[in-house]
Amino acid sequence: MGEPLVLKDHSGESQIFFERAIIGFLVLIALMLFLFGRFFYLQIIQHDMYATLADQNRIQVEAIPPVRGLIYDRHGEIIAHNIPSLNLTIITELSPNIELTLSKIDELIGLSAEEQRAFKRRIERRQRPYEPVPVTFRLSAEDHARIVVNKNSLPGVQVEARLIRHYPQGSLLAHAVGSVRRINENDAKRLDRVAYSGTNHVGKIGVEKHYESVLLGKVGHKRVETNARGVIMKELDSVNPEVGKDLTLHVDAALQRVSSAALAERRGTIVAIEPSTGGILALVSKPSYDPNLFVKGIDHETYSGLLESVDIPLFNRALQGQYEPGSTIKPLLGIAGLVTGTISPDDVISDPGWFRLPNEDRLYRDWNWRLSGTGGHGEVGLQKAIYRSCNVYFYNLAVKLGINRIHQYLDLFGFGKNTALDLPEARSGLLPSIEWKKENRGLGWFPGDTVNIGIGQGDMLVTPLQMATAATLIANRGKWVAPRMLKSGHVLDEDGSIKDIDVVPDYIWDEIISAMEKVVHRGDQELGENGTAWAYIGQDITYRMAGKSGTAQVVSIKQGEEYDENELSERQRKHAWFIAFAPIEDPKIALAVLVENGGGGSKVAAPVAREILDYYVKRKNPVMTQASYASGFR
Amino acid sequence: MPQDFVRRLSDTGYGFERTVGIGDKVHLDFTIVLLLLLISSYGLLVLYSAVHPNQSAVISQIVKIGIASLAMVFLAQISPIFYQRLAPWLFILAVFLLVMTFFFGTEVNGSRRWLRIPGFLGFQPSELMKLALPMALASYFHNRHLPPKKRHIFWALMITIIPTALVVPQPDLGTALIIFVSGVVVLLLAGVAWKFVFGALGVAFISAPAVWFLLRDYQQRRILTLFDPERDPLGDGWNIIQSKTAIGSGGLSGKGLFEGTQSHLNFLPESQTDFIIAVLAEEMGFLGVVFLLIMYLFLMGRGIVIAIQAQDTFGRLLAGTITFTFFVYVFVNIAMVSGLLPVVGIPLPLVSYGGTSILTLFASFGIMMSIHTHRRIML
Repeated sequence: MGEPLVLKDHSGESQIFFERAIIGFLVLIALMLFLFGRFFYLQIIQHDMYATLADQNRIQVEAIPPVRGLIYDRHGEIIAHNIPSLNLTIITELSPNIELTLSKIDELIGLSAEEQRAFKRRIERRQRPYEPVPVTFRLSAEDHARIVVNKNSLPGVQVEARLIRHYPQGSLLAHAVGSVRRINENDAKRLDRVAYSGTNHVGKIGVEKHYESVLLGKVGHKRVETNARGVIMKELDSVNPEVGKDLTLHVDAALQRVSSAALAERRGTIVAIEPSTGGILALVSKPSYDPNLFVKGIDHETYSGLLESVDIPLFNRALQGQYEPGSTIKPLLGIAGLVTGTISPDDVISDPGWFRLPNEDRLYRDWNWRLSGTGGHGEVGLQKAIYRSCNVYFYNLAVKLGINRIHQYLDLFGFGKNTALDLPEARSGLLPSIEWKKENRGLGWFPGDTVNIGIGQGDMLVTPLQMATAATLIANRGKWVAPRMLKSGHVLDEDGSIKDIDVVPDYIWDEIISAMEKVVHRGDQELGENGTAWAYIGQDITYRMAGKSGTAQVVSIKQGEEYDENELSERQRKHAWFIAFAPIEDPKIALAVLVENGGGGSKVAAPVAREILDYYVKRKNPVMTQASYASGFR
Repeated sequence: MPQDFVRRLSDTGYGFERTVGIGDKVHLDFTIVLLLLLISSYGLLVLYSAVHPNQSAVISQIVKIGIASLAMVFLAQISPIFYQRLAPWLFILAVFLLVMTFFFGTEVNGSRRWLRIPGFLGFQPSELMKLALPMALASYFHNRHLPPKKRHIFWALMITIIPTALVVPQPDLGTALIIFVSGVVVLLLAGVAWKFVFGALGVAFISAPAVWFLLRDYQQRRILTLFDPERDPLGDGWNIIQSKTAIGSGGLSGKGLFEGTQSHLNFLPESQTDFIIAVLAEEMGFLGVVFLLIMYLFLMGRGIVIAIQAQDTFGRLLAGTITFTFFVYVFVNIAMVSGLLPVVGIPLPLVSYGGTSILTLFASFGIMMSIHTHRRIML
């Protein structure tokens, strides 16, 4: 038998296929009916249940921003609180033509180009559908009315009420407390998205910045059911936000007002400290600015006006202004001289009105060389050197001490560093040393440098806060209290590295304080024997004050040139310094005053200091001047 | 004396005069073409709503349908004899490309399905295999007696398992399933004895626990999620819960085009691709779904008629397999979206957004029309 012939049974094969295809088609129809049944079950029988589920899907979670903690002054006066403000927002899904809507709003209330740009950026950053996107944050009542009247032609436009930061004192405390500002794109990258959801502002400078985490509070949220158009139908549940902590500062708003008034329209700065605590009672820097401008969003013109003004109102002179200390440094050098035994209280020199280093031609003149016919202060001991502010005495003392010991003692008083506990923006000034000069100038230390330091000139720079701190230390007889803003409301980390000045014996403090007392109180003497400030502030004073004047050069006077105030333009005149504390027997306040381009310290700065001390020392009971702010907005 | 039985030829397809219509001249079947265009247009309408207000996907889909239609018309012109002879070589090419994908495939979303020829478009060899395998098997049985003998069944299974095994590890469970099922469909239509069919089902049932451990984590999770979507409402259960919610909330007549809150508030996942029937169900309701299913039924019914009328084994088996595989697509996708089957990536034929599946589908209907319109006229 050979291979079986392959003969296909066509009829049989098509019969088999026909059967199988029919069976398959029946299965197919059965399964399709099953799908019909499934959809009938889901869409008809269970429709109600799923319709509810679909509705519940539209539940949204909304952040509830916390209310920022309030800031009070030491007597409970409100410094920063929160007030309602109206925001204009657009829900973009409800506005078919956003450009058109925006231009209509612009017609009605006027939008800056900046606001329009920011709005478009915010649309891109939006997190969920139907989220209102803010257009402007400063809707006046009048603008609000315009929007409401035209509501029909503004689809998707809403007016939203929110609490925003407000500084009722305006510019008075701007430099003391700082402010919050709108969160910009850089901030948004840095800040925790959850913690700041729903919050538009963040503390940008000063206390508001330093205590940001304490003041902020904790964000809450609520679940709301929205309809298909994203409109909130009802609130389901919520977790309430935690209010930020309230802070009380050492600042005395009433004293701040008096201090600010004492400076009047002059450029300058005042720092007043409570010696027992280190608490900053007043911190004035003029000119100032209204921090509320930044909260609502400042317009470009105003901002560049502030930024470009020659008076630099945004600059915090009290913390960041760095000036020569001038003669205010003299009591501290006196302490160094006495402690090191370089001088004794009774040592005297004979002041011819000038000083010359051995082997040098340059003459270092005394401030009065041109006033008295003979020049000089005659026979001068330490006390007279301080109350008459004798330069020649301190030229000698500085040279004898040498720069290393000067540096060592001035360092004890906090110069060349920021000793404040909660003012990280404060600058360090400059306390020169041999190493510093080598590193920064590439030069060796010259004896002439030391001579200049003797009267607070040359390379040395101090901030008004540092001078006030030095005055506090003298008032405290060496007991260190680091300057601070915070009085209560939060724990303040004390700086353990700061040590009391215990190398100075009591008799030396007595000697120096007595000399500083004479600056103000020694009067009715013959010509050239009164305290430098007596004629200006000492004649009718009813309590005992210690003080020291100083002048800081703006333009250096060359050898042989004469200093003529009238010839120099106003902005080239010397800055006037005065440091003081009172009452001497139990110091309640120590301060530093600097009047920019004011001229003589005793003549210009001392009366400012006295006005402030008069108010503070004589005030019996601290009075709440604006009791209406007692509660503030919560 | 007993009389010899005389076998008479059945007149099914033979000795039966056909008139040559216009359809046969242009090698198109107007019922199929009409139904394909109807379903595609209906699908475009749903897609238009699903991607609203972005219309670029709709335009791109129209272009793809246009290209796929041209391919279909072209393939319908070629004689089935050519396909029957080409089939083994096409299969070998497809296997080769699948192996290449294994080594040179482009990884997209953690799976390696695409082969990119530099300077040319990328494509998925597994899509080619969806057509190549039924063609190869139909061609294989075309030259053999039916019902198939045991060794032919064995080789047919081998031909099925090789490409399936190559697609599973890509991983692409959905496509592997389609490929495997299309092979099995050929065997069933070829007349494999029922005892083998039920025997295989029994073995599958017993070995199911072993297969469980071969599945990947996410595949296991999808199956668990099917039985209890609430066990992970934010993860794997999310899709099923949301799609059932979309379907159920549609009700009898739906919420209206563009009005589906589930689809338009972004609750529904993959609303343009695998889950598009949920959009249809939400916006056009039960009636909209029934309309689509009935059109599918007509299309598949026509496919079976064409298969039955085919004149040889190749034509019968291929047309039949194309029809039943199409049904598997429809059933698995709809059952998956409505929570009856685990989520595997199978698009809804002719409706889901995406180019490759549209092209494969139109191509297969082109071949089906070639089979139908190249019949010889028997007298």
